[in-house]
Amino acid sequence: MAKGGEVKLIGGWPSPFVMRPRIALNLKGLEYEFLEEKFGAKSELLLRSNPVHKKIPVLLHADRPVCESLVIVQYIDEAWPSSGPSILPSDPYDRATARFWAAYIDEKWFPSMSGIARAQGEEAKKAAIDLVVEGLSLLEDAFGKISKGKPFFGGDTIGFLDIALGCFLGWVRVTERTQGLKLLDQAKVPGLAKWAERFCADSAVKGVMPETEKLAEFAKLIMAKFGAPPPQ
Amino acid sequence: MAEEVILLDFWPSPFGMRVRIALAEKGIAYDYKEEDLKNKSPLLLAMNPVHKKIPVLIHNGKPVCESLIAVQYIDEVWHDKSPLLPSNPYERAQARFWADYVDKKIYDLGRKIWSTKGEEQEAAKKEFVESLKLLEGELGDKPFFGGQAFGFVDVALVPFYSWFYAYETCGGFSIEAECPKLVAWAKRCLLRESVSKALPDPEKVHGFVLELKKKFGVE
Repeated sequence: MAKGGEVKLIGGWPSPFVMRPRIALNLKGLEYEFLEEKFGAKSELLLRSNPVHKKIPVLLHADRPVCESLVIVQYIDEAWPSSGPSILPSDPYDRATARFWAAYIDEKWFPSMSGIARAQGEEAKKAAIDLVVEGLSLLEDAFGKISKGKPFFGGDTIGFLDIALGCFLGWVRVTERTQGLKLLDQAKVPGLAKWAERFCADSAVKGVMPETEKLAEFAKLIMAKFGAPPPQ
Repeated sequence: MAEEVILLDFWPSPFGMRVRIALAEKGIAYDYKEEDLKNKSPLLLAMNPVHKKIPVLIHNGKPVCESLIAVQYIDEVWHDKSPLLPSNPYERAQARFWADYVDKKIYDLGRKIWSTKGEEQEAAKKEFVESLKLLEGELGDKPFFGGQAFGFVDVALVPFYSWFYAYETCGGFSIEAECPKLVAWAKRCLLRESVSKALPDPEKVHGFVLELKKKFGVE
């Protein structure tokens, strides 16, 4: 078990990427110090710990930094193998499948979500929304195949792919609200809609998922200040 | 048990080369299928419906897509020989971080070098060299990125060495002059049969790039 001071996480409350290691640490029952970055001003510690990308999240384990959210999640799983449930599946093929969809989410699906706010004009907006909906349909299909009737992608408990996708639920809700959409539509993506509720209600997630209201305000602030959605 | 391993690939692809190297390191026999990317096979479209890209590793009928995912899969399934990822969790995290860095930077910047000109090309060259220098710094005085043993980050990066001649010729610069230690590392990797057999002749790659330039109307 991690003692106080041994594990630190540099991050910010609105970031879905920061949420990923927080959920992983919660699943493992690990205590950590959360070092909140001020938006718009990067701390010395962050710049020193992640000189390559200068981004959050950064995990500091006995002062050694680990960067990139999904690399951190895998590290947490491997560094504390006997604490809590396994986050990655045990079978190599299932691991490859989980990694594949996590990469799809990061490289294709989440960028398509940001595309909605950036779209200028009716047609562009509709095209952007269609892209996100298409992606959700793929993910719905993947959920069916991977969960095999269980509550999560990871089975009975939250796993790697649940974390990779679930961290974006706050932003999905903000998008739904600001754009007047229903993305997690029970009629179109019933599996994912129910999974989303279960995910957000889970004890490992509840305390770190920001409230939609607070997130929507933050998004407004960013748009006003930078004229663009928050960076990835 | 009879293992059936197929690799759907395209000879100049650095991503495909990664998987070829990993399979060779583990001594795995496989069926190499060259894809015509202008006319993708029904097998490729069926095995990678999401991205429709190569490489695709097919193991006993089941597809594994995305080169670094396939390399990790190979390392985990054939774990008793030539480990590619270190066993220490912190070192594994470092290896994954740097392989991810290669993915984020090298291909796109390299592409810009041969497909653009003027200011855009100059900016790409500058950033490309900066990225290689960062990697060179990470390598330090070690023989390989992971230390004494050839491993994951080496597999992720070395395929791009076969494209260096094309980048240099199109961009009018010398990568060896900028990053001598990195080029020395690449030549060291090429002493391994798994690498020398996986990487195509740089002149052949250059020829391929010239064809692409003609096709896309880049002068």
